[in-house]
Amino acid sequence: MEPLKVPTMAEKMANGEIPDILFWVGCAGSFDDRAKKITKAIVRILNHVNANFAVLGVEESCTGDPAKRAGNEFLFQMQAMQNITVLNGYNVKKIVTGCPHCFNTIKNEYPQLGGQYEVIHHTELIQQLINEGKLKVQGGEFKGKKIVFHDPCYLGRANDVYEAPREVIQKLDAELVEMKRSRAKGFCCGAGGAQMFKEAEKGNKEVNVERTEEALSHQPDVIAVGCPFCNTMMTDGVKHFNKENSTKVLDVAELIANANDL
Amino acid sequence: MISIIIFGLLITLGSTLFFINAKKIRRNILLGKDIEIKDNKAERIKTMVLIALGQKKMFARPIPAILHLFLYAAFIITQIELIEIVFDGFTGHHRAFRASLGGFYTFMISLIEILSVLAFIGTLAFLYRRNLLKVPRLTMNELNGWPKLDANIILLMEFTLICFIFMMNGADEVLYQRGDSHAQNLGDTSFGFTISQYVGPLIYNGMPTPGLHVIERIGWWGHIVMVFAFLNYLPKSKHLHILLAFPNTYFSNLKNKGQFNNLFEVTDVVKPNFDPSYQPVLDPNAPIKFGVKDATDLTWKNLLDAYSCTECGRCTASCPQNITGKKLSPRKIMMDTRDRIEEIGRNMDANKGTFVDDGKSLLGDYISSEEVWACNTCNACVDACPVNIDPLNIIVGLRQQLVLEQSIAPNELNGMFSNIENNGAPWQFSPSDRANWINEN
Repeated sequence: MEPLKVPTMAEKMANGEIPDILFWVGCAGSFDDRAKKITKAIVRILNHVNANFAVLGVEESCTGDPAKRAGNEFLFQMQAMQNITVLNGYNVKKIVTGCPHCFNTIKNEYPQLGGQYEVIHHTELIQQLINEGKLKVQGGEFKGKKIVFHDPCYLGRANDVYEAPREVIQKLDAELVEMKRSRAKGFCCGAGGAQMFKEAEKGNKEVNVERTEEALSHQPDVIAVGCPFCNTMMTDGVKHFNKENSTKVLDVAELIANANDL
Repeated sequence: MISIIIFGLLITLGSTLFFINAKKIRRNILLGKDIEIKDNKAERIKTMVLIALGQKKMFARPIPAILHLFLYAAFIITQIELIEIVFDGFTGHHRAFRASLGGFYTFMISLIEILSVLAFIGTLAFLYRRNLLKVPRLTMNELNGWPKLDANIILLMEFTLICFIFMMNGADEVLYQRGDSHAQNLGDTSFGFTISQYVGPLIYNGMPTPGLHVIERIGWWGHIVMVFAFLNYLPKSKHLHILLAFPNTYFSNLKNKGQFNNLFEVTDVVKPNFDPSYQPVLDPNAPIKFGVKDATDLTWKNLLDAYSCTECGRCTASCPQNITGKKLSPRKIMMDTRDRIEEIGRNMDANKGTFVDDGKSLLGDYISSEEVWACNTCNACVDACPVNIDPLNIIVGLRQQLVLEQSIAPNELNGMFSNIENNGAPWQFSPSDRANWINEN
């Protein structure tokens, strides 16, 4: 496999280049071992189409999403303004994120704080690349496989992006299966609202177990997700039901990158 | 003559009482913090027409949606008949419009009768769903006591109202056939209303004429008394949604659901750190309260939401935390909010218009921090609400209060906060390692 080409904004600037798009990796995509694979899949796609992109590298910092959802508005705005200062310093115009939470926050909550960018989620970018003919997708190892897609709340309900991930999955010649609770009725994986970082309150079930149970009821080969936190939750859920051998949890970017040996 | 006086008194008293109660509710709603919602008028009207008038979101659950539509359509159309009832009541006429409107009159009353039959089925089905079928979202513990009784009272009132309509029309039909109705005889042998021309004779044929006059009058008076009883019951009841659904959908959040408001009180303090030219707007010496402790810290839109809630529980039935047995219920958040602002309102009424501290607050006495922290902020409740109520906005306000004012977040969240503050990530990784993934295999 070819080594990844991941230029930083600082390097681009030093070379006098202006990238077309900034890839906002996010905390999970930078630090979480599982999520790093998603990050690399996105980069493999970007490299494959020779996209003129860059990352912020060590200059990136948490968008402040979990702080804001947990009620810490001060911390959120500190993070937001720090990031906006960096982004505006590089004159960034367009951003693709690897995480729906970063996507939502930068797209919707940064503008009033002085950060106005065109923000897309990586599934939207992949959809665009396919539609523009820059990315040819084959089913590869996923041809004919049963794939169930779990809507991330902050991509779907929060921002009404339902079709991009589905259109991309359908290019794989796979059988895309819908759960009863999908699209606007999608059921949370249990991570949102800063729940990722704390124990759940007392109840009779974990949210991720409830959701994974629903996904597994379709006996899918793959549970496709578009969010590193959903990925963690659904992966844990699959382990809970001892189904790791029959059902994989993969990001839409991984499906495309793996199917096409990128 | 006496009946005209009694009728006049009924109308005056019923309207005045309603006006007084409506004013109180308006006062209570305006106890909330001011926000300006004046943008996108055209889109707001469209939203109101689709969601409130058109009941678009109800149809996510087709069976209750159709039953509800029966009641809703009957309610709207029946109001037209009130025009005649009021006219007759004040002038002593009987079916004053029949002669002049002719076929249209027959059509309108027939339509009302058909819708009333559907509404009759609807109320029975709703009573069945609540009390015998015990639909889960309609029988949860948070509805014990008044909310359950309230729901049944409304249905029984509607049921009674429909019975009055058929007593009135049915008895009058038989009287008309006998040539004894007080309505002007147009030379025909029946009013020709779709339902009562058959049902009337079926029930009342054997009864003597004087008795039928009494039944007809009970139906007529019962109808108008019920309408005013209903009007004055509304302000005390969850049923207020029939009126407030309209303004509430008009003032809907039109932004992406994922967009939470940025608190300006915070921006005003934080911004100078990044933009030295920024001049703070707020007086630094004025006390600032962050988040929502009591119902009066909410916005008027939050409070309008609470008064618009009809406790249907679609929010709670879609809440991932509630479904998995946690204490959080978005419906309860709305019910608590209304209960608390009502309590504050009563407190003000008892103390000449000023609130006397009662040592209570929405957060703590009504809504526990356990409920507040359970939320996934997933917006399922917001999506599910048929009248665009936003419980999530209140929950986030309560979280802001807990974190920014009371500093009592769960420990793990405090850890997450300090990680973000120190490392720029919610976990304990060094920011200098952020790009390590690039060179890892």
